[in-house]
Amino acid sequence: MELRVQDLTVARGGVPVLERVSFTLSAGEAVILRGPNGIGKTTLLRTLAGLQPALDGAVSVPPESLAYAAHADGLKAVLTVEENLRFWSAVHGTDAVDEAMAAMDLLSLRPRRAANLSAGQKRRLGLARLLVTGRPIWLLDEPTVSLDAASVALFGQVVRRHLATGGAALMATHIDLGLAEARVLDLSPFRARPVTRMPGGFDEAFA
Amino acid sequence: MIAVLTRDLRLAIRAGGGFGLGLAFFLLVAVLVPLGVGPEPATLARIAPGILWVGALLACLLTLDRIFALDFEDGSLDLLATAPIPMEGTVAMKALAHWLVTGLPLTLVSPVLALLMNLPAQGYPWLLASLLLGTPALSMIGTFGAALTVGVKRGGLLLSLIVLPLYVPTLIFGAEAVKRGAQGMEATVPLLLMAGITFGAGALLPFAAAAAIRVNLR
Repeated sequence: MELRVQDLTVARGGVPVLERVSFTLSAGEAVILRGPNGIGKTTLLRTLAGLQPALDGAVSVPPESLAYAAHADGLKAVLTVEENLRFWSAVHGTDAVDEAMAAMDLLSLRPRRAANLSAGQKRRLGLARLLVTGRPIWLLDEPTVSLDAASVALFGQVVRRHLATGGAALMATHIDLGLAEARVLDLSPFRARPVTRMPGGFDEAFA
Repeated sequence: MIAVLTRDLRLAIRAGGGFGLGLAFFLLVAVLVPLGVGPEPATLARIAPGILWVGALLACLLTLDRIFALDFEDGSLDLLATAPIPMEGTVAMKALAHWLVTGLPLTLVSPVLALLMNLPAQGYPWLLASLLLGTPALSMIGTFGAALTVGVKRGGLLLSLIVLPLYVPTLIFGAEAVKRGAQGMEATVPLLLMAGITFGAGALLPFAAAAAIRVNLR
């Protein structure tokens, strides 16, 4: 179980943002992506999640092992906390809803509609979804946005437990999760050189 | 995949889900047309098949942009794209949910509205049969259109323009089947042609729609 990225070049809107990114993420490891706004952290995570194609390079990862958590939590406002999680656990064919709610301190909110949650509570619910996917490699895009200090610590514990059970996490975050063992990968050296011409010419749009 | 279907149905019947929107529109058309055209039974009976089919088609069109737009906005579509369910399955289930929420109720309520439109009695079975066979095609084609326009803000107009021409064959065959049936003529040929469109759309369009979504998520 290993995520291996080799010479990956990713593009946003057809313009390369990161070039020749290479790293390896093994079981039990956490890697934190650092870099200024707009350098392509989200683009890199979306590319790894398979939502957009890479311009160049190779990603090797066991099939169906990635769980992606984006800025948006994918919650349905009219469903309750439990119904939201049950849906994702049914989609992923797992049954860990109660454990996930317990881990993210959501048990007391179980019958509450997602529309009536605070921003931080929604975020906790969105992160609890990671636990019901049952997938080993987590791709986290700013997981701590709108979380208070206690919730950040709680999530830090959840990640640490995930790592201890053979999981791995790749996260873009500016806040310290209290993961002293996490490696930091600075993306600044991989910033793509500005190009004046589209790499594939005009036809790139139709490739 | 059943989970996607049950979630969509649950979302539709909860507050603000849009269940009944198409139905109410269909009802309004059938109630207002006799008021506008005049109460002459012969005229109404002649235009009934066309009006009922156009009403059903526009009612379907009304709720199309909700199929993917809400999931796109709240990020669920990204997460569904990374889920173990193939996108084709998700798309097919969404089309089915749309049909269960709009097409099926429209079909069930159509005999009542046909009464308002003074449709001749022998046309009723044909009306039910044609709507039952034709509305799934409307949902499936509409889902494809919604997939094409999923990233476009306020894509409703574009969606209508893409989808309406694709709806035309279904409309023609559907209304033709009801018209012939109402006049006591043989109507199986248009009905079979329409069934062909429905099954063809159901077999092919999930793949096209899934491909469109994958491109739009980039």
